[in-house]
Amino acid sequence: MSDRSLQAQNLHLWRGDRHVLRGLSFGVGAGECLLVTGSNGTGKTSLLRSLAGLMYLEGGQVLWVGKSIRDDLHAFHSELAYIGHEPPLKLDLTATENLRYWVGIRRRLSSRDIKGALDRVGGTHWSDRPVRTLSAGQKRRVALAGLILMAAPLWLLDEPTTNLDTQGQQLVSSLIVDHLSGGGVVVAAIHHDLGIAAPSIRRLELAGE
Amino acid sequence: MNEYGAPASASYGAPAAPAGAVSMNAPPVSPMDVAQVTPPQGSPLTAAGLVVARDLKLAFRKRGQWIQPLIFFAIVTALFPLGISPEPSKLRAIAPGAVWIGALLSSLLALEFLFRDDAHDGTLEQYALSGQSLTWLLLAKTATHWLLTGLPLAVMAPLAALSLGAPIGSVPGIVAAVVIGSVALSLIGSIAAALTLGVRRSGALLPLLTLPLSVPVLIFGARATELAIGAESYSAPLYLLGAFAVLGVTLAPLASAVAVRISLE
Repeated sequence: MSDRSLQAQNLHLWRGDRHVLRGLSFGVGAGECLLVTGSNGTGKTSLLRSLAGLMYLEGGQVLWVGKSIRDDLHAFHSELAYIGHEPPLKLDLTATENLRYWVGIRRRLSSRDIKGALDRVGGTHWSDRPVRTLSAGQKRRVALAGLILMAAPLWLLDEPTTNLDTQGQQLVSSLIVDHLSGGGVVVAAIHHDLGIAAPSIRRLELAGE
Repeated sequence: MNEYGAPASASYGAPAAPAGAVSMNAPPVSPMDVAQVTPPQGSPLTAAGLVVARDLKLAFRKRGQWIQPLIFFAIVTALFPLGISPEPSKLRAIAPGAVWIGALLSSLLALEFLFRDDAHDGTLEQYALSGQSLTWLLLAKTATHWLLTGLPLAVMAPLAALSLGAPIGSVPGIVAAVVIGSVALSLIGSIAAALTLGVRRSGALLPLLTLPLSVPVLIFGARATELAIGAESYSAPLYLLGAFAVLGVTLAPLASAVAVRISLE
């Protein structure tokens, strides 16, 4: 596989007067998944946002394919798919439209691509309904379709299984397994176990104060 | 206090565990394998086009939001004759000021919608992570905002001026002044709108930031309108308005992008 890997070196992050990350280091290589666990407020989201380059670290650096992500943030972002707490969807647009505008900015998409991704997440029947009328779990599935469409080697997922039913959680697991088998890299913050047992999946527990 | 990031497995203790040290017993590559080849990046032009298309579609579905500032403009300019005097000579004298104060306030009203929704639902975050230039995407957003608020204003402004007694020959001058001036107003406003994203109640802060910066536009816009009504050459103030608009196009998106990035942190 390629040398695709995400390295965190001695990360220090302060939020106000709280020292959230204290010299955290790890590496995730191609085909590997890192599950970040820990109770609320231990900095899971902050860690993911720092890895994505949205937050500025007080110390340490994040390397992608051996280079600091700050060297060429745009190039790094074009290889990154980050899905936050809330699916980044417009309530007044349909699922299909949302995906076209959201992911289309990054790469060229055909209608067939979008349909294929929505079929994969079980959205065949509600792909043309305004997102306003969808349930929270369905919105999350639209976000997962976006994740597929972005076709990025690095996934940073913040609570990807929120609001999903059992089937949806299995969908997340299978997406991650597929992504890993294709040489992708995944870092996911989760509460619940994903139910994947593979040697390529490791855990990182963030401890509270 | 505990150490953060206590290693759960030994490999995390050491900085930078060798990449791929633990490799999966590779199953056959599935058709869903998308990570192999990073797809070609969309062109900046397509990206901007999609931003514009998305915002226009959204505006079409939520028409009320964009019509509001226009109704506001109509009401403000209609109030002047009631508040001052219905005498035509007096109205003609105040017409430039009335039109431009109305335009300034209504553009302020519309400004709140510029980035707010996108900040709430995470769209801006995805823009910032898209691999495209955030500056460029925000310029596209601001341009759409101008299409929805500035351009209709340029249609309404001469009507308002005519109702205040301006001669019909002044219409081209007024349209030109409002078109160029509203570009400058949208761009100045975009900086303030981006700066107040992190503020909980931005309603009061937005005018405080925007209005002082908009004063030159008000001065030269009203001057151009006044000259147009008096059937004189209005090109000098128009050039100055143009200069502000050009300055805005070059600098405002850069400033907005920095402000948006800060608000995302």
